[in-house]
Amino acid sequence: MFAGENGLQGDPRLKAISEAIRVVPHFPKQGIMFQDITTLLLDHKAFKDTVDIFVDRYRDMGISVVAGVEARGFMFGPSIALAIGAKFVPLRKPKKLPGEVISEAYVLEYGTDRLEMHVGAVQPGERALVIDDLIATGGTLCAAIKLLERVGAEVVECACVIGLPEAKGQCRLNGKPLYILVEPRK
Amino acid sequence: MYVYKCISIYSPPSPSLSSLSDHHNRRLPCVPLSESNPVVHLRQTRKRRGSFVVSLSATMSACKDQDPRIHGIKTKIRVVPNFPKPGIMFQDITTLLLDPKAFKDTIDLFVERYKGKNISVVAGIEARGFIFGPPIALAIGAKFVPLRKPRKLPGEVISEEYILEYGRDCLEMHVGAVEPGDRALVVDDLIATGGTLCAAMNLLERVGAEVVECACVIELPDLKGRDRLNGKPLYILVEYH
Repeated sequence: MFAGENGLQGDPRLKAISEAIRVVPHFPKQGIMFQDITTLLLDHKAFKDTVDIFVDRYRDMGISVVAGVEARGFMFGPSIALAIGAKFVPLRKPKKLPGEVISEAYVLEYGTDRLEMHVGAVQPGERALVIDDLIATGGTLCAAIKLLERVGAEVVECACVIGLPEAKGQCRLNGKPLYILVEPRK
Repeated sequence: MYVYKCISIYSPPSPSLSSLSDHHNRRLPCVPLSESNPVVHLRQTRKRRGSFVVSLSATMSACKDQDPRIHGIKTKIRVVPNFPKPGIMFQDITTLLLDPKAFKDTIDLFVERYKGKNISVVAGIEARGFIFGPPIALAIGAKFVPLRKPRKLPGEVISEEYILEYGRDCLEMHVGAVEPGDRALVVDDLIATGGTLCAAMNLLERVGAEVVECACVIELPDLKGRDRLNGKPLYILVEYH
């Protein structure tokens, strides 16, 4: 679901957040209009508003773990975790985490990749939030959900700053609710 | 064995925030004294085997005991032997992130140090610098700039090479993210040889920013990374020998 249609109708912060995101055409390859959130991070107010909107939504949901997808999920997740009193768990590309890991494969346009999480980071019964900067196909987020569910956690919601408009109609990802702040800019 | 006392680089003097090793070594930050600092007289006495004792005169109060939060932070960092290769004792901060209080204390210690010091940009080094940098930036009113491995940043970048044990790597920053006159803090989870931090500082200085300090959770002092920072101050919370 989009924030602007669910509780934050007309919230001026959403417009400012959207306008702070830069579109870089043809990155990483021809035809892709890359949504660059680094410009959002340069705008202190807009960045703070982004985090505050997520914090306001999740602070009373009993969430004990925020899982952030490498690497741009790391830019948003920890601040949210700190504000709601949850732990932060990084979900990383293969061979980055030093301890024992569990790993989940996901499909890319060409080939597959893997997402890893430390064994023991998340306990059965924990209520988890998954965070990333953007949802495109949902493949990475699906892998993240699976990692958390495999260790017995309950994924309460997936949160992204940017989401493709296709996500509007179906506000669920793998059966899990999806919460998005803004649509991609053209 | 070195014995140091800490000084604050900002006035009024703040409590010692550098960590203590098990032997209570305190490290003196490499700080040029300026008018904004309290007057500090340093006496150096050469002891046997070339060690120094540096003491502060009475114009500056003696350092308070180590901040009680430091111990909690240090105990939460997990050491993973032989990662990524044999002989390396990897300092794993992910276990620190699992403890909301210790993680918050980590951020608070940095925020207390840098708030009100007109830091306009926090630059975080990929990827663990992205975990600590943004919360600090948000709390002190600064922008956050990610410094990334090659080909991750989508826009026009400037790039700085640095030496690895075997070979080279490169750190990149978006053109236009940092402006001349910006006062910058560089953040990473750990300083080892200092090569990456050095590259980070170079990127910022090349666009005309002033690097005020480098801040890391962990230092491996035996690798002498501090000496590679061209005299820039380094602030750390815990040491691992």
